[in-house]
Amino acid sequence: MSVDRALGGVGGWLDDRFRGARGFRTLFRKIFPDHWSFLLGEIALYSFIILLLTGTFLTLWFQPSMTEITYHGSYLHLDGVKMSEAYASTLNISFDVRGGLLMRQIHHWAADLFVAAILVHMLRIFFTGAFRKPREINWLIGLTMFTLALIEGLFGYSLPDDLLSGAGLRITEGVLQSIPVVGTYLAFFLFGGPYPGHDIIPRFYILHVLVIPGLILALVSVHLFLMFHQKHTQMPGKGRTDQNVVGAPLYPYFLAKTGAFFFFTFAALAITSTFAQINPIWLYGPYNPVGISAGSQPDFYVGFLEGSLRMMPAWQTVIFGHTIAWNVFIPGLVPLGIIMTGAALWPFLEPWITGDHREHHVCDRPRNAPTRTAIGMTAVAFYGVLWLEGANDVIADHFDIPLYTTTVIARYAVFVVPIAAYIITKRICLGLQRKDLHLLEHGVETGIIRQLPSGEFIEETRPVSEDARAVLMSRQPALSLPPAEPDDGENVPAPGMRGAIGKTRSRLNQIMNESVPMDGGHGNGYGAPHGDGHDTAALGDGHEQPVSAAVVADGDPDEHPRS
Amino acid sequence: MSEVTAGGPPAHEGHAGPDEEPGGLTAGGQEPADPALSVAAVPHRVIGTPPPAAARTMLASEPDPQPEVQRELPADPPDLGRASKAERVVAACFIISMLAGIGFIVAYLAFQVHSVTGVLHSNLALGTAMSITFLALAVGATIWVRHLMPDVDLTEARKPMASAPADRAAFAETFTEGTEASQFVKRPLVRRTLIAATLPVALAPVLLLRDLGPLPEKSLDHTVWRQGIRLLIYGSNRPLKPADFASPGSMITVAPEGYQDNFDALAKAAVIIIKLRPEELQPPTVMNWTVDGIVAYSKICTHVGCPAALYEQTTHHILCPCHQSTFDAARGAQVIFGPATRALPQLPITTNAQGYLIAQSDFNEPVGPSYWERS
Repeated sequence: MSVDRALGGVGGWLDDRFRGARGFRTLFRKIFPDHWSFLLGEIALYSFIILLLTGTFLTLWFQPSMTEITYHGSYLHLDGVKMSEAYASTLNISFDVRGGLLMRQIHHWAADLFVAAILVHMLRIFFTGAFRKPREINWLIGLTMFTLALIEGLFGYSLPDDLLSGAGLRITEGVLQSIPVVGTYLAFFLFGGPYPGHDIIPRFYILHVLVIPGLILALVSVHLFLMFHQKHTQMPGKGRTDQNVVGAPLYPYFLAKTGAFFFFTFAALAITSTFAQINPIWLYGPYNPVGISAGSQPDFYVGFLEGSLRMMPAWQTVIFGHTIAWNVFIPGLVPLGIIMTGAALWPFLEPWITGDHREHHVCDRPRNAPTRTAIGMTAVAFYGVLWLEGANDVIADHFDIPLYTTTVIARYAVFVVPIAAYIITKRICLGLQRKDLHLLEHGVETGIIRQLPSGEFIEETRPVSEDARAVLMSRQPALSLPPAEPDDGENVPAPGMRGAIGKTRSRLNQIMNESVPMDGGHGNGYGAPHGDGHDTAALGDGHEQPVSAAVVADGDPDEHPRS
Repeated sequence: MSEVTAGGPPAHEGHAGPDEEPGGLTAGGQEPADPALSVAAVPHRVIGTPPPAAARTMLASEPDPQPEVQRELPADPPDLGRASKAERVVAACFIISMLAGIGFIVAYLAFQVHSVTGVLHSNLALGTAMSITFLALAVGATIWVRHLMPDVDLTEARKPMASAPADRAAFAETFTEGTEASQFVKRPLVRRTLIAATLPVALAPVLLLRDLGPLPEKSLDHTVWRQGIRLLIYGSNRPLKPADFASPGSMITVAPEGYQDNFDALAKAAVIIIKLRPEELQPPTVMNWTVDGIVAYSKICTHVGCPAALYEQTTHHILCPCHQSTFDAARGAQVIFGPATRALPQLPITTNAQGYLIAQSDFNEPVGPSYWERS
């Protein structure tokens, strides 16, 4: 057989030299769990690869130079116009290199898709609790890559030196200058002197094509290695526990699927880039510090910064002959600071609050961690308001709302909407938990109405399927913390639970564990036979730490479901 | 040579997996090149006596004497009829992909660029071909996986991430031994001087970045405007006379004469002039700095420096399109709305002997966004 011959020939030759048979066997049989949401990270990865490919193509013609030349190229509308070599070479790529425009557009769309995929991938990780032990470090690596991707994108769209990208650079300069004490120096060092100077494009170029992609590539490798080494998380389901991983092996299944997915990503970008124009720099014209066009919008991922700059009230302090521009400094720094710091600390804050230091490999369903889900939605709402305000001129225009009204609304909404999002999300989660319990207790409605001999009408239900039941029962009971104030008044509080910090922790723990009690208020009434090994495992009976059964009922008594 | 498949792997849950049959991989009568290879591969194989390596290589073409272990992956999907149908669909997809790939090459050769229409057609042709190439590949491969490959759901054991206590202890011992042997802890003189030696090296990169740019000094406080410089219309470079404004009208961007193409200068010195009816101008506009209802303001927004380029005639509002700071042109360009904290500085203007608009002096305050050194 040809397969055997190939193995005996090439495989044998290689194995004689590298002793790979064992390692590769394990590798080929490595199990990859399946779920649509696991593809989000792959979109990010493949966008990045496509960015590297198309970006390399673009570097073959792009001139990262701010030397002024007079354009005499194929785009006749700009004939005789003075512009930088960077801008002229971008026109050249668009109009004189076959496939150049397509590559430029794929590159730009891929950058947008890259950041979007990272964002959604991060939300998936957060909402399913996939950042929990042992994956905290990988979460931090992901956050770092997200930040790098934002900077990489900003630098990238500055390179063509067109009027729109110049506005972005000018804002960057203004935000840098607002930093107290060192801001002016930073701006002068970045731009090589007064704005705009002649250094910024070559400097951004080398950062954009070498330094930052290099860093991202290194971090992607570590990110994937850790994912590989720790084995991927899996969604709850029948037979899936924290001690196993269920799915299809790498060879041939995962390889084929992921290969197909790479081509789907590439095809999606190619279709978008064929039919949807992006960044037509020839319409914007070359940069000059005097011009700007109305409706200047950055790429979507910078929109939230734009929005926060727009909604900030005009605050400024002059103290001891120095100016602190709060109106720029706060919106430039605080929103991103809140989101990134919060995201970075959360994997360490959550176990401190819950006392849960176990490994988790089965993902949470978002409803089963109502407080975490609500906090995540708070962040989404905060970001969302900033982002919408970043497009308030477009909104005002399309919906015929006065421009200033949109900003005034946003100034309140940025506080109100996140709080509302928290409350609403939590309610929805608890409602979904009740629905799950109801399904477990009463089964699925069949729509069949039966009349009993007594004349009574009842609706028939049937128990949920084994698979569905495993998912419905995947919620793990919360761990108990030692009480902050022992109720007998004699015992000393446990270490770590004393004083203000201990009380805070205890209170946070209560908030965190708010859930509908799992026994539905009347024992183990799951409406189906139990005691089956899978289900007990799915309940997660704490293989490292004992679980107190008492806390299962530790919720608001009002939240017992109807029985 | 059927060992690889015949000796197929049993369920590998719980134990490390079967022997890799080095004899099979190095078949053709060779001895295993590395005796350690076979030794390493054998232990978890069987409890009994393993067949001698030499005997196995001699029997390389014989069927494996061991009872066949149930394979983990079925060789075929259950419904072979459906699979054959899927096979044709997959093949069709791959053929479409290949044709589209050829189409891409043809489009590359057939469509010339160098003009807007040319680029339009080339982009459409190349992009469509590329899209179909990848889409057909992706669809074909997906159908292949879903309908040709047999369905499997394998379970692999997952061990806790933490090492076994014995391994940890052994590592701790190794580490301690190494640390002791290095004398790093025992000899603080070496340790401290080493740390001292690295400090300057760590500082060097920061130092080396010092020449990235000059220090700002006072350069942000001033612009190139000074007494007598004419105001030129930006773009056409024509000097302006008050009579050029027939009636109160729109906003005109002007540049200082001699600096029309100097971006570094313009980034601070860009100015807008607006003609209003003289009675419309109100304090805090400085009347002595206006000519005939013509008032000049810095175009650089005091928020983060975008050009404040939008003007609404009826309300005299100047709007910066970046963050919507709004200034009242009739009242000294004071902030009406938005994040800007300061009015647009007013440029003192007058006319010279020939009647052209000129600057009386530089702005009397720094233009553009706030910065730390601004007082």
